[in-house]
Amino acid sequence: MTGTVDPTIINLVVFVLAVFVGYHVIWNVTPALHTPLMSVTNAISSVIIVGAILAAGPAEIDFGSVMGAVAVALAAINVAGGFLVTRRMLEMFKKKKQA
Amino acid sequence: MSANVIALCYLVASVCFILALKGLSHPETARRGNAFGIAGMTLAVLTTLSVVLHGRIDMILAAMLIGGGIGAVAARRVQMTQMPELVAAMHSLVGLAAVLIAVAVVDNPAAFGMSASLPAGARFELFIGTFVGALTFSGSVIAFGKLAGLGKQFRLFSSAPVTFPGQHMVNLVLALAMLGFGVAFFMSPDKAWTPFLVMTAIAFVLGVLIIIPIGGADMPVVISMLNSYSGWAAAGIGFSLNNTMLIIAGSLVGSSGAILSYIMCKAMNRSFFSVILGGFGAEEGTATAHAGEKTHRSGSADDAAFLMGNAESVIIVPGYGLAVARAQHAVKELAAKLTEKGVTVRYAIHPVAGRMPGHMNVLLAEAEVPYDQVLEMDEINSDFGATDVVLVLGANDVVNPLAHEKGSPIYGMPILDVAKARTVLVNKRSMASGYAGLDNPLFYMERTMMVFGDAKKVVEDIVKALD
Repeated sequence: MTGTVDPTIINLVVFVLAVFVGYHVIWNVTPALHTPLMSVTNAISSVIIVGAILAAGPAEIDFGSVMGAVAVALAAINVAGGFLVTRRMLEMFKKKKQA
Repeated sequence: MSANVIALCYLVASVCFILALKGLSHPETARRGNAFGIAGMTLAVLTTLSVVLHGRIDMILAAMLIGGGIGAVAARRVQMTQMPELVAAMHSLVGLAAVLIAVAVVDNPAAFGMSASLPAGARFELFIGTFVGALTFSGSVIAFGKLAGLGKQFRLFSSAPVTFPGQHMVNLVLALAMLGFGVAFFMSPDKAWTPFLVMTAIAFVLGVLIIIPIGGADMPVVISMLNSYSGWAAAGIGFSLNNTMLIIAGSLVGSSGAILSYIMCKAMNRSFFSVILGGFGAEEGTATAHAGEKTHRSGSADDAAFLMGNAESVIIVPGYGLAVARAQHAVKELAAKLTEKGVTVRYAIHPVAGRMPGHMNVLLAEAEVPYDQVLEMDEINSDFGATDVVLVLGANDVVNPLAHEKGSPIYGMPILDVAKARTVLVNKRSMASGYAGLDNPLFYMERTMMVFGDAKKVVEDIVKALD
């Protein structure tokens, strides 16, 4: 029982705890907002762009970095599209002033 | 920035994502939640950019600008009825991005701070991330085609289930082959392109095969399921890159999609496996044989206006037929007219009223219907008994009282109990049955009046008659 913990185990710990957090947070989302929930989770999962940026990062352009750049563009579509369309929808749910 | 500072920035971003989802518990806090999400994403992207500052930052920024521009235009132009298509398209992009990142990792592990020969753990995680990503991509493309109604252009996009003999066997064989090549990739310490690429190709094909047998009516489940997959794909890539933020964000999205799938399945009284196995859910069923024996009462828009104008309370039950007829604004007019006359008007929404979870709420919100008049099934079901008039617009199976009768095919499905109201007005195009292919006893009740015609036209006529 000595030595350092493998990073994969730490990742697994984070993963399991995050699933629990997700489970509890999502059940509290009001059903009326399930469509915005979907578009915002779409934007959030596009944080995968972080991996794409690393892939596109190296100073020398090669096959891998081109793949990375394409992935950056694809994920960026989702980041911008996801958050903006969510905002557009949520604006519609603003409380209307009684005329 | 040191690796520790970067990790802490990623932690802050992760917390922002959790707050973004937490905000959605109420319409009033939801916009602030979205702002948290944007802040978290900005922080995550800036932190990562600082890592590659000395690399090809120009290429990265160009890619971000192009992608961001396309996304912004799409977000502005999309119509609310097209939200399911947009969401499906976005799922496919997450899946494809995951695959491309995995390819880049295999090609150049050093860019991610890994040893040139990929460690065994990373190979395993890449395998998971890649095949889930590939499934998400091709599955979402098919879902997009089905939702966008492209079935005429391309048979695989048909909204009717596409089935062939031995389908499940083919899927099983392909899945095993994919696993086999995945294991081969895992076992070879050097860049093993061949098994990696074959595995990815099989996953793309499987994604198509899994979604084609699922019928159009089951789309709310499919789209939630792909939402979940796209999250797991992101989490899988997070494992390969040892990036906890990706793991957290991916898990949040994965559980969100899984919960939505569960809610949708429950609302349709279908087991998750029966949806996945497919072959059910053709949009239009055929009326059952005994339909002709019963008589129904039909009336005009004027009759409907008279009944509603003299009621104290009215509940409107919108179905997807309402959105197809683009009648939301007309309905809002009707509600305003009735409110003027002192009638209490509320809306009752079944969880599967639209083509994706919460779709109908958005469509009504777009028509500026105040959200506090729009109630969910559980909130309003006990009120139908004390309601004077219920107006059912373009909904059928979700108000079918057969769901309470043992032995009927939809027994156990949760429905809106509109049959308990004093008077029920049902607008439909004709007496054809819903997608479950079932007759609806609601239409033959003495207290029911059918108002035939296009939803928008009928509602507009009722508004005119109320003047």
